[in-house]
This record gives sequence, structure tokens and C-alpha cells, in this order.
Amino acid sequence: MADLTSDFIGIRSPNPFWLASAPPTDKAYNVERAYQAGWGGVVWKTLGSDGPPVVNVNGPRYGAIWGADRRLLGLNNIELITDRPLQVNLDEIKMVKRKWRDRALVISLMVPCDEESWKDILHRIADTEADGVELNFGCPHGMAERGMGSAVGQVPEYIEMVTRWVKKHSRMPCIVKLTPNVTNILGPAGAAKKGGADAVSLINTINSITSVNLDSFSPEPMIDGKGTHGGYCGPAVKPIAMNMVAEIARNRDTAGLPISGIGGVTTWRDAAEFMALGAGNVQVCTAAMTYGFKVVQEMISGLSQYLDEKGMALSDLIGRATPNVTDWQYLNLNYVTKARIDAEACIKCGRCYAACEDTSHQAIAMKPGRVFEVMDDECVACNLCVDVCPVENCITMVELPKGAVDPRTGKTVGDYANWTTHPNNPSVAAAE
Amino acid sequence: MSNQTLMPGIAAHRLPAEVVAENFAHYMPAYDRHEARVAADRCYFCHDAPCMTACPTAIDIPLFIRQIATGTPEAAARTILSQNILGGMCARVCPTETLCEEVCVREVAEGKPVEIGRLQRYATDTLMEKGVHPFTRAAATGKRVAVVGAGPAGLACAHRLALHGHEVTVFERRPKAGGLNEFGIAAYKSTDDFAAREVAWLLQIGGITIETGRELGRDFSLASLEADHDAVFLGIGLAGVNALGVPGEDLAGVRNAVDFIAELRQAADKSALPVGRDVVVIGGGMTAVDAAVQSKLLGAQSVTMVYRRGKEHMSASLYEQDHATASGVTILYGAAPVRIIGQGAVEAVEFIRDGESFTLRADQVFKAIGQTLVGEPIARDGKKLVRRAGKVWAGGDCAAGGEDLTVTAVAQGRDAAEEIHATLMA
Repeated sequence: MADLTSDFIGIRSPNPFWLASAPPTDKAYNVERAYQAGWGGVVWKTLGSDGPPVVNVNGPRYGAIWGADRRLLGLNNIELITDRPLQVNLDEIKMVKRKWRDRALVISLMVPCDEESWKDILHRIADTEADGVELNFGCPHGMAERGMGSAVGQVPEYIEMVTRWVKKHSRMPCIVKLTPNVTNILGPAGAAKKGGADAVSLINTINSITSVNLDSFSPEPMIDGKGTHGGYCGPAVKPIAMNMVAEIARNRDTAGLPISGIGGVTTWRDAAEFMALGAGNVQVCTAAMTYGFKVVQEMISGLSQYLDEKGMALSDLIGRATPNVTDWQYLNLNYVTKARIDAEACIKCGRCYAACEDTSHQAIAMKPGRVFEVMDDECVACNLCVDVCPVENCITMVELPKGAVDPRTGKTVGDYANWTTHPNNPSVAAAE
Repeated sequence: MSNQTLMPGIAAHRLPAEVVAENFAHYMPAYDRHEARVAADRCYFCHDAPCMTACPTAIDIPLFIRQIATGTPEAAARTILSQNILGGMCARVCPTETLCEEVCVREVAEGKPVEIGRLQRYATDTLMEKGVHPFTRAAATGKRVAVVGAGPAGLACAHRLALHGHEVTVFERRPKAGGLNEFGIAAYKSTDDFAAREVAWLLQIGGITIETGRELGRDFSLASLEADHDAVFLGIGLAGVNALGVPGEDLAGVRNAVDFIAELRQAADKSALPVGRDVVVIGGGMTAVDAAVQSKLLGAQSVTMVYRRGKEHMSASLYEQDHATASGVTILYGAAPVRIIGQGAVEAVEFIRDGESFTLRADQVFKAIGQTLVGEPIARDGKKLVRRAGKVWAGGDCAAGGEDLTVTAVAQGRDAAEEIHATLMA
């Protein structure tokens, strides 16, 4: 069994799987059960300022989209930060941390955007012995209307300012949680770094309406005939989250800034992918909310098996794929592949044919007996047939070796060459 | 009442009425909404789908399954019924394991097809339970068409003709419409009087009059029908039953399986139907399976189906054979009857297999070696009627080209109606 012990900005945990700040981490009862199940750490559900707690709606808080067999693919929520009294949370955090020394316990915070508020909350949590703080600059609903959450996260100057206050008034490690509801994640990430953040975590949830009730004509989740955008999460958001993680990991100004990866992590494989793109650990919420805390056990065994099979340590995995994330302009235009259909594996559904014939390049022939064959002289290697095929590995993309002739273009496959040197690139011509 | 399965002879009430009722009630339970969604999700929405090609009525199966998957079973039903107006019954009785489901790509890939038949039932039941008839009759054309036989072929033909605005009279020799759907399908496959409900639902199209108790050749002639109508459709089925042609066939206790099946369908209390203790069914088709399985459901002690050829030749599918054996029926292959033995009533049947003879004890014997066409109203094509002769069309079991399945009868009735319509409107 590979050693999964994780050290993220000095916070140690027996594995890199943390529960994200969310309903699963809103009280001692849940957090202790999560630890018992094997979670390496938790980010305690966001605390606000002292005083009367926020209130939540009393109707549905969640909306969802489903795949086959009602498998939950995406979840959104309109729940706010903790609605429990601050002191209750602080007492429980302190009790839990004393009991579970080997697990990570980070406190998520969200208070109004003034130095006094931040100074006050940091002072109040100081003796909980928590391992760090996470600044919630991400929540896109409710709190944002009050100038907090994503309202801060969408303004890099605010992120930098608040982060600076936090570093000034606390010695705890500071993670800045970013909202994806921005045009470019590098601005907020760079601001966090400038403000002195020890790490960023991302993504928080995405502005979303999951569905519309076609009888009452209200968005879901519906509260008395009305709905509001909620924060979207779950497996469906993983690609968006991974891109943002990779952007931060590979950008010159933000590279090296530790990242806690969040967004649809459901299996060990998802976690490994986030970490390969540069995340030092991952945070999970929807998978736990869908299947319960036990899912972490598959994540632990799966990641461990994978690392053993690869002969890698956990630290070897982190950022391993980052150098391979590049800009389109640097992609090798002389990398030529063709789709190949394995006739043995083919179940003759014809989806590849329908997809290619109707929506791509008419490069698949349907022959008698429902035999499907790729026409190399038409195949542009778009991969759509692979993506729509219900049988894994039935259709694969086969690389043409250097020196081979591409029957579609009649050109010989040559050495690496990209758009920056391509004759059709106007900026190449302009430079001449 | 005690268990009387061991009482010799042919006796009623071998099992308590509630046990028999239960035996006949739960053959293939209907999907609930969630089950239907899950089953529908398995469909790959194939291009030029093999299931659709395999369906004699060419129902657009991927489309109707997608309509179920997206929460519109009523639209799915319309897709089904536009091709097959008896899609509800076909969902219950089609040998899907040798048609659509046999060629389902998931059957090929995993040995577990999308359950097309059950999905079809879910869709059609949903619509019919709402009492909705999704088609509207075209303006009256003034053309009159006679349909002989209110079975699947005749009903499908009548419905399609009425849809096009023609005035249709259906002549049925039995006291009830439905044909084999009403009298020939195993009772456990068509529960809750489904066949009759389906006919009533079908007639909502309007423009169809059914005259029961009226038989061709007895109450009217083909010539008189031709004289009074613009076209005639014959869907008269196969009213005759093949004889075994062995000594003892006339002994008491020897009867046609189709009559037993029909009686069971019409019986209000099935347990009151007498059945033998030791039953022998001779034949290898669906009729034989239905007679054998239902004998078992009624409480027969031993039921043996004997077929003269091998397992692979049996016209009952492997699925049906498995269903029979799972119901407690023994199937013997490669054995032909030599004689039926008994003093006044059957006591045993002698068979020959591989040159050796053996005897099976029997107090009841069902003959199920095929039905035949009775009468010759129009020219024949082999053993069956030609599909068209002048202004007379034929379809269903009586006509050439089908496989003696409900679904092929529907297809032929429907297609004949389209031809008649095209001819009358030309």
C-alpha cells in the first residue's frame, strides 16, 4: 500500500482527501463520522461573524441533474454559510481537533469586507487549535448579495486586501477559496498570491439553474413559486475545475502556489487527475453527499493501488501532467491519427456512423451486415466516434508513423510543427 | 379445499381457486415508472436499429424508448400504435426473444437485451389507462369495406381503413371480437380482460361496426360481400386443427389444445376448468407450450410436451421452452405418437423415438400440431390464401407470407388496408 500521507502547506493528514466546506462538515457529529470513515481532513463549514446566525430557506435547497439510472451528475444549492451560533461551532471544532490530532481541520471563514470583522473572527478562532483557515470568496448565492463570498472573489483587489488582513492578524496557514464565476481565474489566483495566501482552493460552485418546472414555470429548487441561481457542483463541473487548476499551475505568475483541487471529485481517479494537474490535495463534497462518507475508502484504496502500480510516491503525482498542458498554438500539427474500429468488439449499434455521417466528416462506411469501417481518406481524427461509442476501446485513434502518407491530405507525416510556424498563420507572414 | 393434484382422471378444482387465480396473475409484471426509465436508459438509440428491422410492424423502437426515457410514454405509445394498433397485445405476446430483442445490440454485447416488449407495454398501458385514443378519423370517403374475422389482422385492417375515412363492417363468427387475442393467447399473458379492453379502445376511432356470430360460408357468401362493398378483407385465421392420424385419437380425454386454451380464456373461475392428472401435449409450437403450462397452472400432476423433432426445430422459442420447463413441464424431443391407448377414455400414449417405443401415462391428451385453413374463399398460395384476388385481400394466419404471429397478422392487416385505400382512392 502506497503511503498517502499528505502535507499540504504544512498541514498533515493521513491522506489527501478532505471534505470541502459544506453541509457534510457543519457539525461535530458529521465531522467525527467522516474521520471514522477515513477522511484525511475537513474544511469546517463556513463560519460568519458573531451575532445572530444567518438563516436558510425552509424549502428545498438543492437542485440536480441526472444521468442514466438517475445517477446524480450535477447538484446545485442555495444554502448559505453555517446557521448555527458561532460559539457552538467554535466549541465543537476545538473538541474535535483535540480528539483527532492526526486529521486536518481547517476553518472556512466569511465575514464582511472590513479589517475589523476579519480581525475579530480570527481572534475568536485562535484557540480552537485548527490547522488553518480557508477564506470563502466563492459562494455565488445569497451571501454574494451581501457583499461577501463571490462578490469578493470576483474582485482581485478585494481578494488581495482581505488576504493581507488575514495574514496580518493570524499566523495560521491561509487558503483562499476561489470562485469560478470569473472570466479568467488567473486574476483572483494572482491576487491571493500577492496578498500572501499560502494556497488557493478551487473551484467553488458555479452560478446555475438546474431545471425549470414546466408546470409552475419556476426554476428549481423552487421556493414558493420562485427560484434563484444556486451553486453548481458534482461530476458535471470537473472539467471546468480541472482547467482552472491547470491554468494556475502552469501560469508563470501563479505557478508554485499550492492548490487544493475541488470540483466533482467522485473517485480516486478524479482525485489523481486533479493532482496530476497540480493540486496538492483534493476536497470533496458532492460524492459524499450522494453516497455517504464511505466513498473515501474507494478513493484511498484506488489511489494507493495506482501509485503502487506506477511505482510513484504521492509527491511524484502532484503536477506530473502540468508541463503537458499547453496552448493550442503549440500543438503538433504533424501528429496525425485515424480512427480504428475493432470489428470484434463492435456491437453494431451504428452510433459512430450516425455521428460521423450527420455531424462530422462522413468518414465511416456502413457495409452489409452492419460492418462499420473508417475511411482514412476522409477521417480528420476528430474523435467523435470514440466519444459516442458505447463500448470502451472499441474505437481507438491510431497514430500514423512519421513518413507515412495521410490518405486524406496526401501529405507525408513530418516532424513536430505547430501553428506558430504554419504558412497559413497570418502573423507568420507578417513577421517576414 | 384440499390439494387434489393426485386425483386420477380429468377433474376440476385440483387447486384452490385463489391459488389458480394467483398462478395466472403474475407472468410478467408491468414496469413501474422508475423501472421503465432505468430500462429505457439502456437503449443506445442505434442508427438504422436492428430491432426496428426485426419488428414485423417496423415500430420505431429507439424513438419510442427515447420518448419513455424523456418522460413522455404517451408519445411513445403513439409511435408504437401508429405502426401497430395492437401494440398493447403485441407487447404481451410477441416472442420478442426471437424478434426485436434477439437482435438488440445489447443482447449481442452482453446477452441482456433492452427489454423492448416490457417497455412497449409500459408505454401502451400508460396511454390506454388514460382512455386516450391518439388517432382521428379522416373525413368520410363514402367507401364501404367488409372485413371478415375480428382477429388481429381484421382489427388492424379495420382500424387503418376507418382512419382513412372508410366505412368498415367486421364480420366475426364467434360471439366476441378479438380472434386469437381473445381466444388463443394463454390466459396468463392477457390478464384483466386486456384483449376485450383493447378492442373497445381500438373502436374509439369510429366508423367500424362489428357483427358477431356471422360466419363466412354459413351466413353470407364472399360474392355477396363483394357485391355490397367496395373491397373485402379476409382475416379468417386457421379454423381447422391438424389431426394426429393415429389410432385412438377419438378416445375421451383427447382434445384440441386450442379449444382448451379458448375455454380457459373465457372461464370466469379458471379453477373450475377440469384438467387431467397426467397430461400429454403433442406438438412443439406456442399452442403446445400454452396448453402445457396452463395445465400445470391448473394443478395437473405431470405434464409432458412431446415433440417429434429436436429442440432447435421447435417453433416455440428457447425462451418459451425454458418458461415451460420452469413451470414444471417436461419436454421430450424426437418422439412421434404411434397410438393412443385406452378403454373408452385415454389411459396412455405410445410414442416412438429412435426406433424404440415407449408409453406415457395420460388421462388427458392435447393435440397441438398445427392449425389449417378451412374453406377456400379465394385462390391459394401453397397452404394459405393469396394476399390479393381482385377486390378481395387476405391477411393474418390465413394468408401467405406470415409466421402465424399476432404481430405479422397486424402488419398484414395494416398493409392490406393501405393497399385497399390506395386502390379505392385511385
